[in-house]
Amino acid sequence: MLKGGSRDTGRLLMERSVPGRMGVVTPPLDVPQQPMPDASLLRDDLGLPEVSEPEVVQYFTALSQLNFSIDTQFYPLGSCTMKYNPKVNDEMAFLPGFAAIHPLQPEEQSQGALELLYRLQEFLGKITGMAGVSLATLAGAHGELAGVLMMRAYHHAQGDTGRTKMAIPDSAHGTNPASAAMAGFDVVSLASDKDGNVDLEALHELAGPDLAGVMITLPSTLGLFDQNIVEVCRIVHEAGGLVYGDGANMNALLGRTKLGDLGFDVIHLNLHKTFSTPHGGGGPGAGPVCCAPILARYLAAPVVTATDFNGNGSGSTYSLSTPEQSIGKMSGYHGNFGVLVRAYTYIRTLGDAGIKSISGNAVLNANYLLQALKDIYYLPYDRTCMHEVVLSADWQRARGVSGLDVAKRLLDYGFHAPTMYFPLIVHEALMIEPTEAENRDTLDAFIQALRDINQESFDDPDFVHHAPHTTTVSRLDEAGAARHPDLRWRPEA
Amino acid sequence: MSPDDRRYTREHEWAKLDDADSRLVSVGITAFAQDELGDIVYFDLPTPGDSVSYMVKMGEVESVKAVSDLFSPVTGQIEAVNDELVDHPELVNDDPFEAGWIMKVVLADIAELETLMSAAEYDEYIGSN
Repeated sequence: MLKGGSRDTGRLLMERSVPGRMGVVTPPLDVPQQPMPDASLLRDDLGLPEVSEPEVVQYFTALSQLNFSIDTQFYPLGSCTMKYNPKVNDEMAFLPGFAAIHPLQPEEQSQGALELLYRLQEFLGKITGMAGVSLATLAGAHGELAGVLMMRAYHHAQGDTGRTKMAIPDSAHGTNPASAAMAGFDVVSLASDKDGNVDLEALHELAGPDLAGVMITLPSTLGLFDQNIVEVCRIVHEAGGLVYGDGANMNALLGRTKLGDLGFDVIHLNLHKTFSTPHGGGGPGAGPVCCAPILARYLAAPVVTATDFNGNGSGSTYSLSTPEQSIGKMSGYHGNFGVLVRAYTYIRTLGDAGIKSISGNAVLNANYLLQALKDIYYLPYDRTCMHEVVLSADWQRARGVSGLDVAKRLLDYGFHAPTMYFPLIVHEALMIEPTEAENRDTLDAFIQALRDINQESFDDPDFVHHAPHTTTVSRLDEAGAARHPDLRWRPEA
Repeated sequence: MSPDDRRYTREHEWAKLDDADSRLVSVGITAFAQDELGDIVYFDLPTPGDSVSYMVKMGEVESVKAVSDLFSPVTGQIEAVNDELVDHPELVNDDPFEAGWIMKVVLADIAELETLMSAAEYDEYIGSN
């Protein structure tokens, strides 16, 4: 905790309230006073804190300075792609022409914004090898839900209502089964083989007239490119099913491979990860859905269409439309527009060559970490990885230091903890995604920290077990907080 | 070593015969399972009176690491559940084989127990895993 005066973040605003102290002076009443409702309707006095304006500003500024962010430190949070977000993206999103328009403004007054959305649809279609794109979904899991609803709509339109099962690999993000269940499917777990690929025998057994499709993350959450992916798509298609692609890990593929070419039918992208919007803490995000021609008529509304688009946009007009057999609206308006502006800016800034260098550097950086650490951290799948490397703290745990302990100790070294205990099929998993944005010096410092912590697991495991030691707050009682959550401040009796 | 007064499944549940005449068994998860899960913070318990079937989901357990399904090691009808776990899920971390029992089931067929692993077989299974 920061100590001293109003910067003392250990005391809540409620606790520093002093009767009569004021932060605002309300202007004199300039409308007729209305009768107040019966005071007995009030449950309680509101008990708002009485504090001065500088006190409030200093308090929240001090709190913000305790934040850990990609703008302050290395943030190798596997699966989340916490990469640096160029500031020019924000500048473009803040342009008044974009930031101040209203979603209900007439189309003829918002042609520029619609052109940006149209061009972004075209870019994302080109990058993924997909024919149809809808930008209306607001997050990754939201895109998943739209995608599986499209799969359902497709099967039903063929009069095929017996396809109730959705197969999902055991390494998948938890959102995949949640989205499939929400769309009314029965989720079946699909085993991984010893190399971390989808187990083809297990898939053969599931591929039948009741299989609606599979949901595949490529590369998988193990950071591996499924070497059987073309065969997986073939088996599913032969059985009459569709292949969904979770684009959470597109960082690894940009400019190299198109999911559409591999056989995927419908996918979502996480613009807030791959295409660089600040995220974490729940948003904002954007999870556009891209699909093959056979599914385009089911896309979520609205999509942007253009008349007479000639490449440079001059003379074209843009309008919002609803695909023929659309699953309907997934959000109030046109998606998270600010995130879409950032993604468009990012793509335009990089160009073809830049897009390709993202995946090249992301994969190079992850493999650099893999090679530098696999002698001291167990590597469950000893293969060239993609954009992230999944290690295990099994060897450290034998000395009394768990994956959680390693992650906590990293905080003392000034690094954000990696993702832990996921994917679930790796014991004591440490899932590290360096991203393409970091240079070799940063990676070397991170490697040294993990090597030092490994040495500490020999010399003083108890010290690591009680980390962190230098942070604002030390080891938190996570189990206690989950078992007995105390979420509301109450005045002392 | 797991206690040898009960039987085990590959999903790390145990079933212990409390009373042969009434075919009543206690059911819980093993010490190995609770250690893998880490600190348990919540149980989604089944309802007394409901039927359970061998290896069919009967509830969920949430730890600081993950949410996992609980599978019934036996087939029968639920006689009781351990309500203590609602406020004190840590009982399963502290004492998985006794105070941390999860439910009591009246078996449809007492011979089903014989199809489960013995303590020695289970210990070998987790050792080789």
